[in-house]
Amino acid sequence: MTTPFTPVVGGSALPSDAPAAATQREVPHRGGPANPSAEALRAKFGGAVLRVDVVWGETTVIVERTRVQEIVRWLHDDASQRYDYLSDLTAVEFRDAEHPIEVVWHLRSIAYRRFLRLKVQLQRGQPYEVPSVWPVFKGADWLERECYDMFGIRFAGHPDLRRILMWEQYKEGFPLRKDFPLRGRFSRAEQLRQALAANPEARYSMEELSIADAFEDLPQEMRNRLRSGEKTGE
Amino acid sequence: MGLINRPETDVVSYDPKGGDGWVTTRLDFLVNWGRANSLWPMPFGTACCAIEFMASAASQFDLARFGMERMSFSPRQADVLICAGRVPFKLAPVIRRIWQQMLQPKWCISMGACASTGGMFDNYAVVQGIDTIIPVDVYVPGCPPRPEGLIYGIMMLQEKVKRERAADTSLRNEMEPDPTSQLYIPPSAINELSEPFGNSIHQQRSGL
Repeated sequence: MTTPFTPVVGGSALPSDAPAAATQREVPHRGGPANPSAEALRAKFGGAVLRVDVVWGETTVIVERTRVQEIVRWLHDDASQRYDYLSDLTAVEFRDAEHPIEVVWHLRSIAYRRFLRLKVQLQRGQPYEVPSVWPVFKGADWLERECYDMFGIRFAGHPDLRRILMWEQYKEGFPLRKDFPLRGRFSRAEQLRQALAANPEARYSMEELSIADAFEDLPQEMRNRLRSGEKTGE
Repeated sequence: MGLINRPETDVVSYDPKGGDGWVTTRLDFLVNWGRANSLWPMPFGTACCAIEFMASAASQFDLARFGMERMSFSPRQADVLICAGRVPFKLAPVIRRIWQQMLQPKWCISMGACASTGGMFDNYAVVQGIDTIIPVDVYVPGCPPRPEGLIYGIMMLQEKVKRERAADTSLRNEMEPDPTSQLYIPPSAINELSEPFGNSIHQQRSGL
């Protein structure tokens, strides 16, 4: 299930005479210099890059839905990009007949001091599904679960796509969709009945903490204690 | 704080009509005096009200003056559940469980607008008042209430405790989702209590 993880060597990739980091002044609203990664993406992936926008000095690349994981993996692994930090992953719903929902990835290259926003526009009538970037960024796990919980977007390849904020048996839909009423779909009494029917201990188990998966990584002394069946203080 | 004339609680009068003898009233007085002055709170802080609650417990306001020296983080050794902050539906079974784990006699203070009514969070995720889950003795208004407000609420609770009578068995009814219990809130009442109001009447809801 897990792919071998090879850490990229840290440190700045900028030339030694690069200007020091500073707040940009007088950034234009539209236009201006785009992040060089956008041009590199065009050269590498061609038709998968649908549009490049520069707004307030930040570059947004709108890409094809099916190739997100490939693109993110390249941005992460390639020595000329080194986007090693997925700072956010979310979705936005617009009142747009053609493209109601956009999924957004905020990537940051610490080594090159760059920020890149990837977007995918989901079309009405097609299943709301995008490839998961979990194989590239393990931190995308909960972000994708939250996005699924709130917007109902499925992430293909996610190892454990469950609700994360609402309880797992939540039946009222996806709260951040435009068609979701603020107070929910059910009456208050029904909401309360369903909430109280939940078992508060069902969600917090040792499985959730997945100590079994981490067993080999634990210190030897702790492994010995766990093997002997000693209580873990749970 | 003299807006309401409350019965004198320091003196328990001998009242033959009430059926309580002199001994039982004296015993009640003694027991209530002990209980009211050693209320151990179980803090259930979920939001900003908990910050004010912590301030109340700290040296400036010093809840220890009211016998609340010890925060009881185990519900089994607590007397008062102080719910400070909003309770989302996901926490509803948790606070219900904590209330059930507390031993009798027990009381509950609902601190702040959100715990009492849902406050500004009139939405899909937040319980519209914890009194739809557990019985509440004192509501402290405010967003969040200042420590003085909480302490006033605690003093009101102390007066309530001092007026309890051991002969009154209804005081110790457990709140179970049992329709015959006097603490049971029927679904229709919950819906009526949390009826939409204000500028959000455009929100729709199915009639489930």
